[in-house]
Amino acid sequence: MLGLANGSESTLLTWMTFVPVIGAVLISLLPAKARNLHRWVALGTAAIPMLLSIRLIMEFDRDTTDLQFWTQVPWISSFNIEYFVGIDGISVLMVLLTVFLSFLCIIASWNINKATKGYFALFLLLEAGMLGVFIALDFFLFYVFWEIMLLPMYFLIGIWGGPRKEYAAIKFFLYTLAGSVLMLLVMIAFYLNVQDPATGGHTFNLLHMMNQANHGTWMLNPDVRHLLFMGLFIGFAIKVPIVPFHTWLPDAHVEAPTAVSVILAGVLLKMGAYGILRICYPILPDAAKWFALPLAILGVINIIYGAFCALGQTDMKKLVAYSSVSHMGFVLLGMAVFNEAGITGAVLQMFNHGTITAMMFLMVGVIYDRAHHREIAGFGGLGLQMPVYTSVFSLALFAALGLPGLSGFVGEALVFIGAFEVYRVVTIISVFGIVLGAAYVLWMLQRVFLGPLNEKYDKLPDISPRELASVLPIAVVVVVFGVYPAPLINLIKTSLLNLIAQIPG
Amino acid sequence: MNFTWSDASYYLPEAVILFAAFGAIITDLVFKGRANHGFVLAKVIGGLLIAGTLCIMRPPVGEHMIFGQMMVVDSLSHFFRLMFIGITLVAVLFSYSSREIMGRDRENKGEYYALLMFLCFGMMAMASAVDLVMLMLSIELVSLTSYILAGYARYSLRSSEAAMKYVLWGAVSSGLMLFGMSILYGLTGATGYAEIGAALRDSTGNELALLVSVLFIMAGIGYKISAVPFHFWTPDVYEGAPTPVTAMFAAGPKAAGFALMIRFFYTVFVTEGLVALEWIQWPWILAILAAVTMTWGNLAAMKQENVKRLLAYSSIAHVGYLLMGFVLLSVSGLQAILFYLIIYAIMTLGSFLIVIALNNRLPSEDLSGYRGLGFREPLIGVAMFIFLISLVGLPPTAGFVAKLYLFTAVIEAGMWWLALIAVLNSVISLYYYMRIIRAMYFEKGPEGAGGLGLARMHLALIILLVVPTIVFGLAWGPVKEFADKGMGVLVG
Repeated sequence: MLGLANGSESTLLTWMTFVPVIGAVLISLLPAKARNLHRWVALGTAAIPMLLSIRLIMEFDRDTTDLQFWTQVPWISSFNIEYFVGIDGISVLMVLLTVFLSFLCIIASWNINKATKGYFALFLLLEAGMLGVFIALDFFLFYVFWEIMLLPMYFLIGIWGGPRKEYAAIKFFLYTLAGSVLMLLVMIAFYLNVQDPATGGHTFNLLHMMNQANHGTWMLNPDVRHLLFMGLFIGFAIKVPIVPFHTWLPDAHVEAPTAVSVILAGVLLKMGAYGILRICYPILPDAAKWFALPLAILGVINIIYGAFCALGQTDMKKLVAYSSVSHMGFVLLGMAVFNEAGITGAVLQMFNHGTITAMMFLMVGVIYDRAHHREIAGFGGLGLQMPVYTSVFSLALFAALGLPGLSGFVGEALVFIGAFEVYRVVTIISVFGIVLGAAYVLWMLQRVFLGPLNEKYDKLPDISPRELASVLPIAVVVVVFGVYPAPLINLIKTSLLNLIAQIPG
Repeated sequence: MNFTWSDASYYLPEAVILFAAFGAIITDLVFKGRANHGFVLAKVIGGLLIAGTLCIMRPPVGEHMIFGQMMVVDSLSHFFRLMFIGITLVAVLFSYSSREIMGRDRENKGEYYALLMFLCFGMMAMASAVDLVMLMLSIELVSLTSYILAGYARYSLRSSEAAMKYVLWGAVSSGLMLFGMSILYGLTGATGYAEIGAALRDSTGNELALLVSVLFIMAGIGYKISAVPFHFWTPDVYEGAPTPVTAMFAAGPKAAGFALMIRFFYTVFVTEGLVALEWIQWPWILAILAAVTMTWGNLAAMKQENVKRLLAYSSIAHVGYLLMGFVLLSVSGLQAILFYLIIYAIMTLGSFLIVIALNNRLPSEDLSGYRGLGFREPLIGVAMFIFLISLVGLPPTAGFVAKLYLFTAVIEAGMWWLALIAVLNSVISLYYYMRIIRAMYFEKGPEGAGGLGLARMHLALIILLVVPTIVFGLAWGPVKEFADKGMGVLVG
């Protein structure tokens, strides 16, 4: 059972979450013309949570299942709502990923010139919303952050996006809201049927909800539990996205500006999977068990379907977007088998996919800024024209196809090891996803970087120092944790083992 | 009928409002329309503030019947008094700078304010009436002033059309309601709610007659709150009436309709432990009414190009949400209705206020005219976004919390399907509300267009309404407590 770690009460997470809000307010008070000031303030603000996260890594206790760095204060006492935050092994990697990518995305957004004030203020709000989701331990708080995050995203796609931005923005908004209202209903049901052991009243406290002893009689009915699970699951599945709820993803990713695509793929998709691990599994473990095989099958569909879609794309960004669908399938497959390798692999894959896809989107953004299109067929031979760019992009692509020695391999390998024990057939089918992955990645590599140079592009400059600065840190992460993933595994292992221990056998 | 002077002391706020209304008319007469506009305004606002202060200083203790058992002063009437005074205050202030109302050829500015004050008085009476006669009187007072206000822009064709439609619909529905009441009187021989309830408990009499009567009364109330299928007048009247009046209609009389509905059905059918007509599944009928109303309103709003019309349909949808709280006549549901009414008033007034402010400068309320406004008028854009997401019901706004309480009440009652329909309706509503935001932010406005130079009063009022929309979304404890107290007496 999860508890609160003694002596670990801390306002650190609160600071990390709300410093970006302060930065956003600050930016909105600056004059509209001071573009560079907006950028620097945003960069400075995004740096603070990242620096604070160093303390997080140093002090994080790897051997406890309890929640650390927690804060618990009453918020609306008449409705039993608390401001209750904290992290454990399930969320720590996501928090790190969020602050890391947000910081680099500010660098990658340096060339945004349209309404910079709004852009950077919204970006910081987005960061706050995302962090809030990963640290919230009160369902109400979780829901509030979950929704708040949509608002800046809607504008970031809708104002700064590509040609079909209006369509993509509202589609993203509608899909996600449709999912989250189902979550809202389940949240209310939990609220009404879970008892606070101390007061006997209703509660939004996730830790109380995770304790099965607090569940009311209505919630002990297996059919009810399955329904509640499905309600939550659909809400999260839209975010992951799980086929067939994925159609918002290619639109949103393609139309969004580069940095926003990075956040979408790098962090937002993880929220769906995180929600399943944080809320569905511990609160309704028996329903999780009941749903394991369908989840594994959905994972395989994601892997294969996403890969085939990626194979058919002519637009580089769309290809990367569909590769996300495919890669998130591995996360689902890993989550569906309740053993150590599988679940560790799934969470590692969440982190690694976040970094690798971020690299790929950043690289596509670089070429788009130069050539103003992303058609794979329109390029060729860029390898000689832009050697540095080519090598960085290739690194990202190789990591995406799961080359051993790069981080993408570790997560996928663990998932396969875990899944093979439980679902043989399913795992064997999903291995074909790797082959397809290699196909779409290498085929794109070949068409864009090899062969004769398209003469239109013989003046294209190589990647600039700023662009390099936004992507190199990710490259380092990809290589280092590809060779030596143990530090990451140590961070998450204890909590994940505890989580699968609660799933009935 | 016995009338004592001590009764009057309970009626001071209403008296002050009436006094201010006549004051406004007299000022017009004495100065023959040449009186300083500000002077009239000060008089009306002064009246409202005094009335509000009187209410706050003398919160009702228990239940006090006045004017020969015709009206009651209790926590519920206290709640609605304060609410109507607040709504009227905002309406008066934003009418002041509205060119639609105060623009060309308007010599007697006092009469407009007087009408608003009469409307306020009528609504307060609706909320405290506990007798069929008083009920009918107050409804007629509200209706008659509404008809005139809807047609107030006398040179505008669509304003006159709105007034005409309003009169026709209003007259028919008043007739229906009156017919229902007369049957009720025939069955029970009483006009007071409490006596009716007691009489019905003793003998159910002719059930068919009772059913007809209840249905007719419900139809009348349905018209007042514009529930489907009694809503057909709403879009036309809301679009045609001058926008400040529309804002008032959307927030005020609707709330008064709910006040009346709560009081009538709660006292007559619940507190007296009525067994009549129990074989009819009232919760189901009301739930279906709620579901149809919200769905219809939202679906119809999707295709609108005129912002006023869009908001009119959205107000119908919100009636559907509100009706959910009414379904089981449960205490938590009714408390949720009261809370929702406050929040709904704030966000509706806010969104209409933006339309009013823009109407001073834009040729029409068409969506196409709103293109690029978010960048030309940043404050308007941000405020509109906040009001709209509050209307959708997204955190961190007050609209979310209000909906949350309603959903909780519905789920607590086990009506899952209704909650599901309601949340899916929220998703539909997101689409059309965001069409306004899309026009304001995502579409290009005319080249080189700058700010609009909006009235300062409007900007100040917008800020005044945006702040609670956010603050009550983060810390709503005191407001909820205020709303809960409103139900205090009825639930004992």
